[in-house]
Amino acid sequence: MTVSETGSSRVKRGLAEMLKGGVIMDVVTPEQARIAEDAGAVAVMALERVPADIRSQGGVARMSDPDLIDAIIAEVSIPVMAKARIGHFVEAQVLQALDVDYIDESEVLSPADYVNHIDKWAFNTPFVCGATNLGEALRRINEGAAMIRSKGEAGTGDVSEATKHIRKISSEINQLKSMTRDELYVAAKELQAPYELVLEVAETGKLPVVLFVAGGVATPADAAMMMQLGADGVFVGSGIFKSGNPEARAAAVVKATTFYDDPSVVAQVSRGLGEAMVGINVADLAAPHRLAERGW
Amino acid sequence: MTTNLRSGSLDAVASASAGPRVGVLALQGDFREHAHVLATLGAEVSLVRRPEELDAIDGLVIPGGESSVMDKLARTFGLQAPLKAAIAAGLPVYGTCAGLIMLADTVLDAIDGQESLGGLDVVVRRNAFGSQNQSFETDLDIPALGEVPVHAVFIRGPVVESVGAAATPLATLADGRVVAVEQGNLLGTSFHPEITGEHRFHEYFLAKVRTRV
Repeated sequence: MTVSETGSSRVKRGLAEMLKGGVIMDVVTPEQARIAEDAGAVAVMALERVPADIRSQGGVARMSDPDLIDAIIAEVSIPVMAKARIGHFVEAQVLQALDVDYIDESEVLSPADYVNHIDKWAFNTPFVCGATNLGEALRRINEGAAMIRSKGEAGTGDVSEATKHIRKISSEINQLKSMTRDELYVAAKELQAPYELVLEVAETGKLPVVLFVAGGVATPADAAMMMQLGADGVFVGSGIFKSGNPEARAAAVVKATTFYDDPSVVAQVSRGLGEAMVGINVADLAAPHRLAERGW
Repeated sequence: MTTNLRSGSLDAVASASAGPRVGVLALQGDFREHAHVLATLGAEVSLVRRPEELDAIDGLVIPGGESSVMDKLARTFGLQAPLKAAIAAGLPVYGTCAGLIMLADTVLDAIDGQESLGGLDVVVRRNAFGSQNQSFETDLDIPALGEVPVHAVFIRGPVVESVGAAATPLATLADGRVVAVEQGNLLGTSFHPEITGEHRFHEYFLAKVRTRV
């Protein structure tokens, strides 16, 4: 008596487990997807414009053209992720129909709903969502997210927000670990997260799903730092294809992510990469242009 | 969520007992889950990312993950040749999913230039079920592990398309496709016992390691 089940939590979270220790790269063409796979990406994020261009060009940023997503899926054999707008459950339905491997409900695109996120339990395809703190991460998991990425500030090449968010999530987890049961009820209230998830984090000392870091990673050293701060892996967006030598930089970030605790390897792979993306200091961004503040 | 990955020892989970010394290839993937299961079963576990770390182990697990990435990193950091030599010399190795691909003599649907370590006389098709939407969990009857079925999770997993004379199938899906094989000291599964709390494959593997030690 054998029953097969797709789309279970274990299957959805399981793919994220297999991506650990790896680098997921933003790509906007099949050619970039090929470069990413050849450089050792564990997955690619298919999108129309990298965050740096969304930032500089402005306008409403939406789900990518299905033709583009199809072309990228056809080009590579590693998992392909794609972004839907926050709350845009029909974009997510379309991405599921296109057979992407993961859907990113992303603040990098323009939100479609300023109140509700997508009910992610309703989908067979797993979701990754952004978070700036533990409460936000647990709310997304409660809605069905099977993977979390800290948000950072996408399209800047400034890693400071990524640092802030992973440190915040880690420190909030550490606080829960030292609390008694009665304190956890209050913690759940303050985190605005379900008590059961708060209790699980307090008992296990980690999120119930894989945690990657995103938003501003531009160099091998940035990636290694995020790993040392406790990330399970990294997303690199504009940092690769807005740099002088994407092939070399992509391969270097992959190696630095594996050997994140070995400065001699990080030093060796950081040589001769050409120009890093120019970048924008997050401190110089006016509040309306801070993507991490989208989502709640 | 640990930063104490310095190779050579895994303090967080290493057992104090002198169990068999088992390495887990830690280039990419769910190596910590394997390390945890092995430590629970009494093995002395270390993470392997460098050639010299192969010297101190009596068995090796190649985890789930992305086989094309593991292959690239293994070659870049000088692990491929010593791994092949160790397998040829009889080192017990257990591969799950990407690890099975790494152990297969022939890999179909690999990326351009992808190489495997080889050792298992099988042809394996990478990502044989399709996209993540086709990933699934199911129960498998595996007589070699006893009467209770094995609950198996397949994540964009491979299948064994043909089994050569030297290898033996251990498990098949209802449609007959082979998803677990062994050959001497080598063991490979398309699925991931390390994420389901299923310990019998690791116990089966550790028996091979103990026999050789």
